Amino acid sequence: MTSPGTSVFDRLERLLPFVTKPIQYVGGEVNAVTKPWDSVAVHWALMYPDAYEVGAPNQGVQILYEVLNERDDALAERTYAVWPDLEALMRESGVPQFTVDAHRPVGDFDVLGLSFSTELGYTNMLTALDLAGIPLSAAERDETHPLVVAGGHAAFNPEPIADFLDVAVLGDGEEAVLLITDIVREWKAAGRPGGRGGLLVELARTGSLYVPQFYDVDYLPDGRIQRVAPNRPEAPWRVSKHTLMDLDEWPYPRNPLVPLAETVHERMSVEIFRGCTRGCRFCQAGMITRPVRERSITGIADIVENGLEKTGYEEVGLLSLSSADHSEIADVAKNLADRYEESQVSLSLPSTRVDAFNVDLANELSRNGRRSGLTFAPEGGSERMRKVINKQVTEEDLIRTVTTAYAGGWRQVKLYFMCGLPTETDEDVLQIASLAREVIKAGREVSGRKDIRCTVSIGGFVPKPHTPFQWAAQLDHEATDARLRALKEAIRNDREFGRSIGMRYHDGRPGIVEGILSRGDRRVGGVILQAWRDGARFDGWSEHFSFDRWMAAADAVLADQPVDVDWYTTRERDRTEVLPWEHLDSGLDIEWLWDDWQDALAEIPVDDCRWSPCSDCGVCDQMGTEIQIGPTGVVTLPMPVLPPSPVLAGREG
Amino acid sequence: MAPRPPERDIAPTVQKLRFRYAKRGRLRFSSARDFQRALERALRRARIPMAYSAGFSPHPKVSYTNTAATGVASEAEYVELGVTRECDPVAVRDALDAVLPPGLDVLEVVVARTKDFAHRLEASVWRIELPEIALTDLESAVAALLAADEVMVERMTKNGPRTFDARAAVVSAECAAEEAVDPACAILTLVVRHGTPSVRPDDVLSALRGVADLVPPVPPRVTRLAQGPLHEAGTTVFDPLAPDRVDEAEAARTR
Ligand code: SF4
Repeated sequence: MTSPGTSVFDRLERLLPFVTKPIQYVGGEVNAVTKPWDSVAVHWALMYPDAYEVGAPNQGVQILYEVLNERDDALAERTYAVWPDLEALMRESGVPQFTVDAHRPVGDFDVLGLSFSTELGYTNMLTALDLAGIPLSAAERDETHPLVVAGGHAAFNPEPIADFLDVAVLGDGEEAVLLITDIVREWKAAGRPGGRGGLLVELARTGSLYVPQFYDVDYLPDGRIQRVAPNRPEAPWRVSKHTLMDLDEWPYPRNPLVPLAETVHERMSVEIFRGCTRGCRFCQAGMITRPVRERSITGIADIVENGLEKTGYEEVGLLSLSSADHSEIADVAKNLADRYEESQVSLSLPSTRVDAFNVDLANELSRNGRRSGLTFAPEGGSERMRKVINKQVTEEDLIRTVTTAYAGGWRQVKLYFMCGLPTETDEDVLQIASLAREVIKAGREVSGRKDIRCTVSIGGFVPKPHTPFQWAAQLDHEATDARLRALKEAIRNDREFGRSIGMRYHDGRPGIVEGILSRGDRRVGGVILQAWRDGARFDGWSEHFSFDRWMAAADAVLADQPVDVDWYTTRERDRTEVLPWEHLDSGLDIEWLWDDWQDALAEIPVDDCRWSPCSDCGVCDQMGTEIQIGPTGVVTLPMPVLPPSPVLAGREG
Repeated sequence: MAPRPPERDIAPTVQKLRFRYAKRGRLRFSSARDFQRALERALRRARIPMAYSAGFSPHPKVSYTNTAATGVASEAEYVELGVTRECDPVAVRDALDAVLPPGLDVLEVVVARTKDFAHRLEASVWRIELPEIALTDLESAVAALLAADEVMVERMTKNGPRTFDARAAVVSAECAAEEAVDPACAILTLVVRHGTPSVRPDDVLSALRGVADLVPPVPPRVTRLAQGPLHEAGTTVFDPLAPDRVDEAEAARTR
């Protein structure tokens, strides 16, 4: 038997000539860390359960990788989903799931941490567990198997994958991984008291690490949940989320990874704040990451400066859920643009806010570059719809904003909308066409050109846990498709403006699968397992996704249950129903969520607690947190002073 | 008003540098594009004053010739780079090698003092390791190949399958055995002339399959050992940077 942590690269190498883009499996990224196996007590394998090109740039994983590797008693390596071509070869020749850092078998690690930003990675997790030789069912694992831990936004309802997980972490991961490391280290040092069960008890005892097997779920005859209750005294009735306070104390990434392979984001990223309290009712990310915590302008500048020096990237992304909302964003943008004026560095800032300020910001950041496209997200096609979802944007705001954009030299405006929102009618969706018409009309007037364009991009709405819409009925895929077809017709039939309007959308079927996975309970676990056995992989990729495979799996697995796909997706829930995730505490007061749902139906807005009084969502009280925003008063940054380049000829000394 | 390309001063190229670099170990799986991105980022990390083209999206003035295919290792890849300040080539090599990931290694940097560099890359020397192939089998296959006037092979290209002769470009082929490794390995050393269509080591392997049914049970490991002007004997190539280096020595003497 080989000793734990031995590289499998020799065996993998023989397979690589036969697969596409082998570079994604070899590691070797700039700033990657490889530590000797025996030098640490706790070994983490971190997985982003998608292809390398999507997973490698993920900020969450990169930060945890660094936070863990900075500790003397831990090491962390990364693993990603392998494409089906390599999976087949690995099965044939018995090569296990491996990390890309030192090509160690994932099954040798103490902890396998998975970061789920979407539920569509669940089947890739099963492939990885299986290739790693880890039993899929948590109940069948013993002390020799890694602890399987899930985090990320999808972990706020881990019930559909509860059977496969040992632990789920809600909220920010930085402190949570350190806490888990401490517990695992102590348990190992003490001679693993109580075996695997003993470790799980220690984890559950913290109150902030969810151990699904310590909870029993009872059902009513009609299929609804009767109650979810802990089956051990150490497991709390409710498990709370982690909230990282004071982002400046966590200046990561300090050593950003630079992959050799091409990835979806070729840039240096810095998170300028966490959380969002705009209160868009469809937005799970905004609801579960409250309150807002900003990084200071100097904190941002330091990370950017250090990151560029260590990576050689030419693009900087200022990330957050709505970057224009940073209290000092104008100074941040101007200062960084000034600092990097002379270089080839470009700055980007994901913000889809519909206002002139956002256009000013984009102008500032594109000082040196081409003004190709700007994106705004009104989300709802009609005024009424936008009131329902609490997107406080009027048609006037939108027209004024795009006018400023086209006048500033931007040629293309992209507008994001959703289809299938609660209370939506055909008319609400058709309004997207008239809105786009008005946009082009205004654009042609102000720019005096006919070649300006507007693209409407439409996503299907999927109700998510821990949002006011968690009780809502999802629109079935036939109705979604019919509405989108009608909208497409309307745009095509517009002789005057239709040619300037593009439309991008997907059919409604993947949204239904996402719907079951998002609001499902433990009974959905069997469906995931069956779909995976039938070949489901890479469900986020349209070329790999099969709706029929999922429906067949659901029909087979749920056949003798009082529930089915519609029950999970298109059924509206009432206030008394126990939701599968109610024992998982995001801090949001369920009464507040319900009232907000009722306000949505009554088209009543709720304001942002950054600029208006606290609306008592419950988070700060429950979690002992507070809003952390500027201004800090720092308005200009000193220019970075670089020592002269050592490569110049004729230097003294 | 539509924005125009920035009227930034485009610093002129004052010096051209030629690099030889190696692609080794697991990084042999990097493609030409992967190396290009890695090099440009490394140049910025090492703060080498590279020259940029003008326009909306300026790109560094780096030219790549004859890059080895993905999966093929190399000890002799060449790149030419324009810089806006005069640089010390040895310092450039050290600075760049320090910031490139291990496996992409800068071996030598010289100031370009001659023209026609690309023409000097006349042929390549390849080393092909064939695990689990007996030396005698390799020898007879190679003999059959060399005895033929023409061996047609097919390769998939971007424009579909293409058939061409793989024999004529092979200047020499030598066989050896390496017993020290497990499993034992036959080693084929080839000198192949560059041309159009370019004949690559895998084309020669296809030719060996064609003439003698030689099919490696395990993927062979291919390394480019050198490229440069063809030696009269046909069994090796000259160093293509030698002309630049001669001038270098003279320049140093007259300085
Ligand atoms: S508790 Fe109040 S201040 Fe805190 S996030 Fe909720 S609404 Fe905002």
